Amino acid sequence: MSELQDLYQEVILEHSKHPRNFRGMENANLQAEGYNPLCGDHYTIFLEVEDGIIRDISFQGAGCAISKASASMMSQILKNGTTAEAEELFEKFHQAVTGKESGKEPDAVGSLGKLEAFAGVAAFPTRIKCATLAWHTLHAALKGDQVVSTE
Amino acid sequence: MSTTLTAFRTSTSSGFDIERVRADFPILEQRVHDLPLVYLDNAATTQKPRAVIDAISNYYLSYNANIHRGVHQLSQSATDAYEAARKSVQTFLNAEDAKEIIFVRGATEAINLVAQSYGRQHVNSGDEIIVTAMEHHSNIVPWQMLCEEKGAHLRVAPINDAGELLLDEFEAMLNAKTKLVAVVHTSNVLGTVNPVRRIVEMAHTKGIPVLLDGAQAVPHGGVDVRALDCDFYAFSGHKIYGPTGIGILYGKRALLEAMPPYQGGGDMIRSVTFEKTIYNQLPYKFEAGTPDIAGVVGLGAAIEYVNGIGLSDIVAHEEDLLAYGTEALGAIPGLTLIGTAKEKVSVLSFVLEGIHPHDIGTILDRQGIAIRTGHHCAQPLMQRFGIPATARASLAVYNTAQEIDALVAGIHKVKEVFA
Ligand SMILES: Cc1ncc(COP(=O)(O)O)c(C=O)c1O
Repeated sequence: MSELQDLYQEVILEHSKHPRNFRGMENANLQAEGYNPLCGDHYTIFLEVEDGIIRDISFQGAGCAISKASASMMSQILKNGTTAEAEELFEKFHQAVTGKESGKEPDAVGSLGKLEAFAGVAAFPTRIKCATLAWHTLHAALKGDQVVSTE
Repeated sequence: MSTTLTAFRTSTSSGFDIERVRADFPILEQRVHDLPLVYLDNAATTQKPRAVIDAISNYYLSYNANIHRGVHQLSQSATDAYEAARKSVQTFLNAEDAKEIIFVRGATEAINLVAQSYGRQHVNSGDEIIVTAMEHHSNIVPWQMLCEEKGAHLRVAPINDAGELLLDEFEAMLNAKTKLVAVVHTSNVLGTVNPVRRIVEMAHTKGIPVLLDGAQAVPHGGVDVRALDCDFYAFSGHKIYGPTGIGILYGKRALLEAMPPYQGGGDMIRSVTFEKTIYNQLPYKFEAGTPDIAGVVGLGAAIEYVNGIGLSDIVAHEEDLLAYGTEALGAIPGLTLIGTAKEKVSVLSFVLEGIHPHDIGTILDRQGIAIRTGHHCAQPLMQRFGIPATARASLAVYNTAQEIDALVAGIHKVKEVFA
């Protein structure tokens, strides 16, 4: 059961119940839709990017606690950062949540700040896609793709 | 609730003994996350009794050979076992003739066979095919593909909030352009048992043939294809304690005789020259290539296993469990059952207020409880209920009231995590 507590950490539950930046965006200049056909999780990420800086970020949609908290915390942490930082953080985040699966030490944990809360996902291979859906969607939006599916 | 428990047919006069049944399924002894396995994902696939596992391994251990073509002893034994299984299925479905039983990979392939063979022959531009709002994707997509190819239309008969087909509206949709009705006998998401006898009658009045998707009906109620008078019936072996990769298409002989083959190859021909090929007779016309012989043998053993317990005892046991589970789950605050049809079997689909099914599934899994979460290959049905997914516990002959209790305790634990 302690693995469950690691997965559903307080901060994750809190964000899933009260997601931040959970709204549409009129003046978004980038946006993408992410979909996990396996469980029906479905989000749209909106971005207002100017000179490589994420001026605003928000999301809408529905899904499980892990995917929603991930989107919420991602939006919080990326706001006012650069797109390059965002991509770099995605890389580290991905490594942290897939750590156990790939057999590698999740050395990225520690430089993730609040996102460290998601390290517990690594013990639940079926939930990795939930944690990374928002990030994959962000990545697609930054690349200019409009729809991304995690399958 | 304990009074309900005592009313359980744990051991009946007819000899149904749940402990003995459980002992037939070796996998049930397993522990998951260090807890006893509570397997409640039977609508996805059922576990296999030792009799089935042994039949398959015995085939490979003692008479593995190709069928219908060897003069040698092993080939004869394999052919005999293969055809004996066909007989078992015929009797089980009460089909008139063993030739009406076609071995396929599963319900999905059975439906695709009818769509590609019967459908392409009979459905033309502007024609209509009718399904219901509660179909599995495997009884939607093959028809969509056909409709797309032919310029025909797929029409969807509506259901009510309990998950019951609106029979009058269905009947009103039948018209001169309708070339086929394809309806799920029992819904894998809702547990609804459709009034298939009435559906067939209504369609036949207008001269329209009916295919029934019986993937979930056969294990939990049995079927009499002659009493139903359906034209085609599809089901999968793995949902009735048999192996995966084997299933059945039943078709009325006259229809099957008139249909073109589905696939070409060995076994489905009588003679081949480069100028002309003469197709084999039924059922071989539809069984191209070396089939899943072990799968057929396993399915035959599964049906004999079910016959050995007695379908009526299985149904009675599952009915008790469903009633018990419906009451127990219904008493959980914030829980809504999806699918409350009057005629219902073996499925408890639910949603919990404020908690996504995927999270429910993970937390239950850590308690050793296997359920399915998601759209259950029925996305249009999810849209009908305005939900992205459900959590689904589905029952089989070996489930117990104690397992329902474990599920209820598990759901309380889910609520605790999210409290
Ligand atoms: C109602 C229904 N139809 C069809 C199928 C498809 O069965 P299979 O995947 O074995 O072909 C299923 C299996 O989930 C089902 O529940």
